[in-house]
Amino acid sequence: MSDFSIIGKRTAMVDAAGKTTGAGKYTDDLTLPGMLIGKILHSPFPHARIKRIDSSRARALEGVVAIVTGKDAPNPYGILPVGHDEHALALDKVRYVGDNVACVAAISEAIAENALELIDVEYEVLPAYFDPEESMKAETDLIHENKLHNIEKDYHHVFGDPEKAFGEADYVAEGRFIANEVTHAAMEPHSTLAAFEIDSHTGKPGRLTVWSSTQVPYYLQHKLSLVLDMPMAQIRVIKPLVGGGFGGKSEVIPLEIIAAIAARAAKAPVKITYTREEVFWAHRGRPRSIIDLKTAVKKDGAITAVKARVVQDGGAYCSYGVVTILYSGALLGALYDIPNIQYDGYRVLTNKPACGAMRGHGTVNVRFAFESQLDEIAARLNLDPAEIRRRNLLKPPCVTINGLRVQSYGLPECIQQVVERSRWKQRKGQLGKASGLGIACSHYVSGAANSIIRSDMPHSTVNIKIDRDGGVVVYTGASEIGQGSDTMTAQIAAETLGCSLGRVKVVAADTDLTPIDIGSYSSRVTFMAGNATLRAAEQVKKQIASAAARKMNCAPEDVVFREDKVFRKGDTQGQSPTPLEPTQAAVSVSGRVEGQILRGSLQQKRKEEGQKYFLTFEEAVVAAIDFHGALTGTGSYAPPPEARGGKHKGAGVGPSPAYSYSAQVAEVSVDEDTGEVTVHKVWAAHDCGRALNPVSVEGQIIGSVWMGMGQALEEEMVWKDGMLMNPGLLEYRSPSSTESPEVEPIIVESVDPEGPFGAKECSEGSLAATIPAIANAIYDAVGIRLHESPFTPERVLAALRARKGAKPINLTEGVDPTAPRRFREHGGALWFRGKGPERHPLDPARREAADAGGDD
Amino acid sequence: MKKELVELRVNDRSHEVAIEPSKLLLDALRQDLQLTGSKRGCDDSSCGACTVLVDGIPMLSCTLVAASCEGQEITTVEGVSEHGSLAAIQKAYGDWGAAQCGYCTPGFMMTVKALLAANPDPTAEEIRGALSGNLCRCTGYSQMYEAIKDAIEAERKASTEYQVASTEKR
Repeated sequence: MSDFSIIGKRTAMVDAAGKTTGAGKYTDDLTLPGMLIGKILHSPFPHARIKRIDSSRARALEGVVAIVTGKDAPNPYGILPVGHDEHALALDKVRYVGDNVACVAAISEAIAENALELIDVEYEVLPAYFDPEESMKAETDLIHENKLHNIEKDYHHVFGDPEKAFGEADYVAEGRFIANEVTHAAMEPHSTLAAFEIDSHTGKPGRLTVWSSTQVPYYLQHKLSLVLDMPMAQIRVIKPLVGGGFGGKSEVIPLEIIAAIAARAAKAPVKITYTREEVFWAHRGRPRSIIDLKTAVKKDGAITAVKARVVQDGGAYCSYGVVTILYSGALLGALYDIPNIQYDGYRVLTNKPACGAMRGHGTVNVRFAFESQLDEIAARLNLDPAEIRRRNLLKPPCVTINGLRVQSYGLPECIQQVVERSRWKQRKGQLGKASGLGIACSHYVSGAANSIIRSDMPHSTVNIKIDRDGGVVVYTGASEIGQGSDTMTAQIAAETLGCSLGRVKVVAADTDLTPIDIGSYSSRVTFMAGNATLRAAEQVKKQIASAAARKMNCAPEDVVFREDKVFRKGDTQGQSPTPLEPTQAAVSVSGRVEGQILRGSLQQKRKEEGQKYFLTFEEAVVAAIDFHGALTGTGSYAPPPEARGGKHKGAGVGPSPAYSYSAQVAEVSVDEDTGEVTVHKVWAAHDCGRALNPVSVEGQIIGSVWMGMGQALEEEMVWKDGMLMNPGLLEYRSPSSTESPEVEPIIVESVDPEGPFGAKECSEGSLAATIPAIANAIYDAVGIRLHESPFTPERVLAALRARKGAKPINLTEGVDPTAPRRFREHGGALWFRGKGPERHPLDPARREAADAGGDD
Repeated sequence: MKKELVELRVNDRSHEVAIEPSKLLLDALRQDLQLTGSKRGCDDSSCGACTVLVDGIPMLSCTLVAASCEGQEITTVEGVSEHGSLAAIQKAYGDWGAAQCGYCTPGFMMTVKALLAANPDPTAEEIRGALSGNLCRCTGYSQMYEAIKDAIEAERKASTEYQVASTEKR
């Protein structure tokens, strides 16, 4: 018998039925009486000054209620305190194609769309920057005036003595890796509904309620207060069901604020839902990264130093950029034992939609480079790729050279598991023509130890209330976005209180009801909100235990809670002199009915029974409530000071109370004629500390591997002069069921000393290993090293031909759909009806077009 | 555009709605009938989240004109659950974690329902093929295959039990 009755069991998500029946409500499913539809006018230019906006023609259109522009809410904001460089609607300048210029609120979507076309905006087009390395040389026409050379932020870290280590190395590998831009493409497009209430005292619009597809309700409340100049207490943010986030909803997206501005101006509720194309432009995905990586090793494969220079194409705004570029460097540590690290990171601004946080934030692209290079080194030193990884393991508990504290460390077992399950030793190199196996590892934080808001507030707080009906209500600000946050919360509460899962109701992510939680990002929810839930439940349990102890005539410490019963330690139910029958009958009655029965008969029962050997959960609760009134408990979590990292500039990013670990083996085959790569199977072992719900853990591992495979093989944001060429799910090529490999998830439990029941993260860490595992498998299959992701047939074929010394063929020359002279109309494009955008005379794209002989 | 009265038969019930002749079935379902189970995930019929059955055939309601469905039997995800309890496939999707964020799930429900109606015992390859028109960004599809197998098994068991029960009655 396991020590737990709820956790560790395969459990359907508590909100699953709402999702499979269609009864669950997402933001766009909501309507309010008198609700208007908002539509946003986007910039057609990558970089331009707004000279004049004339909305008089649009205003005159029947059915248009309000039109708002930047002047209606001029306060800047941004998700990071150091990056308040955005305006909900552009104030003076637009900085990317798709930047937000104006919003129309009208009685129908069709009218709002028509009105957009009647807004006249006069722009002064400016030269634009699209390539990060070009952008870094910029002297004039800066994207943000205060960012010299268009560099958002650069960091230069040296830990140990890398120069010396490179000098003394037996072998040094060096190479440039490029990972192209990818985006979350969560199935639910962003949506926000905003409504003001009229204040009874002032008679004017007062409290604001916002329903939004967000991972971070608390940050949204905070930024709304900043931009709208309203106290936070006057703003209520409610998160309905969210159709996936992956980081894309982990910061405030312009429409969330624009809807509120429009609702204020229209004096009516306004809902804005992005079209799929707008979601692509809103972006905040993983930046294109150019990684120059150098690794020094000894003959035995021991890594002695790593030097990385990373340039990230961050797009037009800061977003999470400063954090992303820091993660890229910081998480070079904490996976392997690397004594010397040099890191130079540049987050660069370009005239494209802002990049932000995406699953595996900041670590994925660098991990691709590192694990690929490690494979090259293993081949060079004639070492088994699994063995070289084993030779560089950390020896925890320890603190890495760059200040990251590592405690639980399941990486050795992860490697062992995937090697055994994939029959690596027998099959590697034996799979026959053009098939191969590759291995790679990765890790990720279980929540950042330092919050992006600099304050001492706990990262998560949870309240629990139990009333006489025996129902346990958990109030948490943690955001369920499909990852199973509510289920995890219910499981931890039920396990701690020894009650059944059905008793627990989770009220989540409503800023009026739930205590502050900083949101669902950086894989922090299980560790932090989970710990807070555990502590809140323990507080309530203490109150119940003291009442139960009096009933059972024992010390409160000796009271055990399990399976809806409360009994004395040592007394198992079977040994208890009280017959079992009534309890089992009681359990089968629903909590509410049972509670009512109890209320009537309890006092009588008490008189009759005298000392009890065990109580049902309800009896114990009622006993405690008779003493205290309704039971409430609060628990909170703040990471311990020793897990918060070093003192150097930028040390705040990277530290976490615990790291998850992953090792993967991918099996691929390559079609040498077409360059097509097929992934047949991925064995993915993930150390999640303890699997609270194996169904969810496996789902997260498979989902991460799958998303990693998408980035490895197909997904790519294709840009042409600041124009996104593939803003649709079909063209973005998210893998369908026929392209998806079998994934064998393997759960490794290292039981973290600080995690709730030992649990750590499981939703992000696995993604990063998949890309290099596939790259390394391709090398094993056909002997080519791919340094640029995704590994499209074109890139694979080019590498195959280069290996043979053959001339590369340009498959898409002349017919390249990504190189139109005129922007083609796509889907719901609002800003390109008719002609394509004009170009500044100095714009390089225009020069090319002129050289090619005219515009079309 | 002037609205017209259209009679839509959805989940065994007839509804008269006044809609523009150009109104899409998805919008009519979501806005006029408040059946918000069917979702919009894209602009170009690439995601399958809006899949409904029209006379038993899975169709993308985002590219169908509502008025053209007059006289046809439309089934949405709201019509899948049986007598107020979960259908086998819905239960299985929950148990296997085949619905994570759940936004694509209504579309999958309809696609799977149509698949199993046409082919009660599909091979793994047939299942993969049938699901390929519906996108999911959370699950990587693997757990869906298990759920579908489970649902087929549950249905088979239920129908055997039913047969046994009705034979005994006789």
